[in-house]
Amino acid sequence: MDAKSPPIADPHAFLAAQVRWRPIEIAFWLATLLPFVLSPSYLVLASHVAIAALFALSLDLILGYAGIISLGHAAFFGFGAYTAGILAKAGWGEPLSGLAGGACAALLLGYVTSFIVTRVSHLSLIMVTLGICLLFYEGANRMGWLTGGDDGLQGVVMWPLLGRFDFDLYGYVAYAYALVALFVSFLAVRRLIHSPFGLSLRGIRENVRRMPAIGAPTRRRLRTAYTISAGFAGLAGALLAQTSQFVALEVLSFQRSAEILVMLVLGGAGRLYGGLVGAIIFMVARDQLADMNPQYWYFWLGLLLITVVMFLPNGILGGLAQLLARWRAS
Amino acid sequence: MIAPALTTRGLDKSFGSLVVAQGIALSLPVGARYALIGPNGAGKTTLINLMTGMLRPNGGQIYLGDEDITPLAPEARVKRGLVRTFQINTLFPHLNALEAVTLAVCERRGVAGTWWRRLTGYKDAVDEAYAVLASLMLADVCYRPTHELAYGQQRLVEIALALATRPKVLLLDEPAAGVPRDESAQLFAAIAGLPADITVLFIEHDMNLVFRFASHIIVMVGGRILLEGSPSQIAADARVREVYLGTRHHG
Repeated sequence: MDAKSPPIADPHAFLAAQVRWRPIEIAFWLATLLPFVLSPSYLVLASHVAIAALFALSLDLILGYAGIISLGHAAFFGFGAYTAGILAKAGWGEPLSGLAGGACAALLLGYVTSFIVTRVSHLSLIMVTLGICLLFYEGANRMGWLTGGDDGLQGVVMWPLLGRFDFDLYGYVAYAYALVALFVSFLAVRRLIHSPFGLSLRGIRENVRRMPAIGAPTRRRLRTAYTISAGFAGLAGALLAQTSQFVALEVLSFQRSAEILVMLVLGGAGRLYGGLVGAIIFMVARDQLADMNPQYWYFWLGLLLITVVMFLPNGILGGLAQLLARWRAS
Repeated sequence: MIAPALTTRGLDKSFGSLVVAQGIALSLPVGARYALIGPNGAGKTTLINLMTGMLRPNGGQIYLGDEDITPLAPEARVKRGLVRTFQINTLFPHLNALEAVTLAVCERRGVAGTWWRRLTGYKDAVDEAYAVLASLMLADVCYRPTHELAYGQQRLVEIALALATRPKVLLLDEPAAGVPRDESAQLFAAIAGLPADITVLFIEHDMNLVFRFASHIIVMVGGRILLEGSPSQIAADARVREVYLGTRHHG
């Protein structure tokens, strides 16, 4: 079944085993249904977790798989949120087409900015992505007539989902909607990671110098990955705008870019589930700790972050995988 | 007459006042086994960097067959069949050898940009990669991450990656660098066993290997070609003895 069992003579069997659905994955997705029955009062939080998980997944695509570090991914999240929000405010409140609109707008923005982003690396890359995000933050702040500026975009009214399900106060529809969007996006990203393109991205991450020597157009690959990632980030933003029927200026903030990076690093970058697990831990911990003492939350977050980075360099999932491997070996 | 596989004309390169290549004119016939020798700092690796496009020359042209490839990017030259390996392992540490070589095969076939189909669907690409690995005796270890392989095996993965691109001209930058002497002979035996239509140029410091495996030798000193000729001509030349063999002769 895996690399541990006796040597596999057949390369096809080996590769097929790597893409097969594992029981733990199926269990994970079944568990995402639990909030409906166990804690209906937390469904709004659950939908926020699902949205953050999708956002983290989009960042994982470029950070974990292609090795592009971004401190400005909120630019696409916010762009998607404002697009979907403004569409609904302007009178088109149909959720699914609005969601597609938000994703497409972010995709387009991702494509345009990818030409700048893939020209630089290391510190310059972090600064360029941060700079792009700051531009959009200030732009949205100034264009109050369109975005509501500092007060946020109000008057977003969504039509019932599929013409039947109204977005309720308890978040039943919101969570179901966000969860389905997350799952479908996850399936797409999973397929992408296991495709030749996904292998090519891992090649770029592992050794960007070797790629031209095997004939790979590295920059074009990175542009494609960055564009797709921006699209998923926009999708997450649009989901937030629609489910909360409001867009705060904070969707474009530096803090949001930084927090999503923290979630991904906590969970484990480049592991597909890292962003998902990171988002759950981060959002639930913030909710619980902030209830006790709102100002104190960052203290615990800082402590957790240092601990994870020092002792689990591949994140919580990476640490668990290592433990499991050691347990199997003994 | 058939055009040479690779030709350079008047290739110049300097970094500021440091001249690293001057008037390099070479011509590699199809199927040749050439060795490029010279003391450290003679500009051997620089020449490979110029030929493969990783450095831009200040002047001169490079032809692959009849085509002027001087303005082309490195990956475009690889697509046309001009491929190199690296003196210092330049591999994909956390990919296993099967994945790495399959990646090279997919790039050559132009399917590596496909993101909506599973890799497992490209069975013939995987088969081809596995065959390349098997031909270099890497089949048993190809499921382990590259960074876990023995050093000599990693040197073979260097060559496997290059072969997966189906090169017409293969430039090997010290393929046996850092490999113990008994293993380096094995490694060169694998190189000698490459298909006869692949043109090979290799840099190597061990004169025993050079004289055993090269049909023709080029001697570089200080960014220029000092001399080229058959192994016996090179061995008999007084200047070569003076600048190279005299100081670095390996018995």
